Amino acid sequence: MLRMILAYCVTTAVLAIFVYMGLTEYSLRAAESGERVIKITAHKFDYTPNEIRLKKDETVVLEFTSSDVDHGFNVPELGLRADVLPGKTTRIRFTALKAGKFEVHCDNFCGVNHEEMGGMVVVE
Amino acid sequence: MTMIDRRDFLKLAGLAGVTFVAGTGCAATGMGSSSDEFHFVQLSDTHWGFTGDAANPDAAGTLQKAVAAVNSLVEQPDFVVFTGDLTHNTDDPKERRRRLAQFKEIVSQLKVKNVRFMPGEHDGSLDKSAAYQELFGATHYTFNHKGVHFIALDNVSDPRGRLGEEQLQWLQADVKQQKTDTQIIVLTHRPLFDLYPQWDWATGDGKQAVDILLQHPKVSVFYGHIHQEHHFKTGHIDHHASKSLIFALPAPGSVPKRAAINWNPAMPYDGLGFREVEFDKSYANIEIKEYPVKRG
Ligand SMILES: [Cu+2]
Repeated sequence: MLRMILAYCVTTAVLAIFVYMGLTEYSLRAAESGERVIKITAHKFDYTPNEIRLKKDETVVLEFTSSDVDHGFNVPELGLRADVLPGKTTRIRFTALKAGKFEVHCDNFCGVNHEEMGGMVVVE
Repeated sequence: MTMIDRRDFLKLAGLAGVTFVAGTGCAATGMGSSSDEFHFVQLSDTHWGFTGDAANPDAAGTLQKAVAAVNSLVEQPDFVVFTGDLTHNTDDPKERRRRLAQFKEIVSQLKVKNVRFMPGEHDGSLDKSAAYQELFGATHYTFNHKGVHFIALDNVSDPRGRLGEEQLQWLQADVKQQKTDTQIIVLTHRPLFDLYPQWDWATGDGKQAVDILLQHPKVSVFYGHIHQEHHFKTGHIDHHASKSLIFALPAPGSVPKRAAINWNPAMPYDGLGFREVEFDKSYANIEIKEYPVKRG
């Protein structure tokens, strides 16, 4: 029993260190490179802004949050997806590797007009 | 003689349609004596509670007509399955229960009493299928019918359209238990493969389910969600989407926006329908017959 508790504690500690290192590394990198931060807020049944403009090969940080219920942000053609949740910020570092117009859809069933909830990512 | 040999032989001999001696068929394919011809009926996407005259001015009467059409089949099916979106979604939990109850009442008019259900995202995604389960029970389950193993999968109770780790493990355990020569039929709402993810015509972790099913040599999937007939193969697994019973949707990616195809007054109920799935004695062939809502 004691050994199990010990093993559990060690695992937790190791995990905590990794998470801490990951976070530190993340904020350092973002700060160093001065990556552009784009904030996107989802609400029934739209995104603000509805259109995001990116430069090809530019790395940006996307910050998602919701002002009402759980939503999703999915751009299958760019391999980009995020959970967009109220009271929480989802951050994704993202580099668009191809130019074009790509449709966004909400992939978290959010209510009567869920199927109409979409947006656009324009990569130039 | 294998099944295909036999068919070719029949064709060559000009004997197609002649009933073959049953014993020969069973012996040739190595099936046990339990195998027997049968068929079931798949209905899908009835969206009870939907309103919108442009898409379907008879939204309050189409389900009853579909029930009557199934009841008028000369050979009644062994059972009927509804592959989700029984009702159209509503934010109001009371209204959701009212629609599910009305749906249940209408389909109780089916002559066939063996009826299986599963939720679609319109039934279950806003309350993790709580109301659905009160009225219809489990959202994923298995059953056997005349030697065929049926698996109903739930890819809608998670509003992100996923099966989830627990259900995938349950599926893996179930598939492992099946004998190699057992035909597996999967019933589900959303496509398990990436049909057109831009329109959410996919299952988030569907690939994992398909990988599990690929371990078994005989699997077919029957689903709904896309409101049109569609046939696709991933490896040796075939996937058959059924028409809707409320409105049709355009072919994947054929138009910029996914939206209901307008009702055609010249051809009422066009694009709507249900299907019959027939198994021959050896289960080597599965035949699909599509029916309109109204005959003639
Ligand atoms: Cu949404």
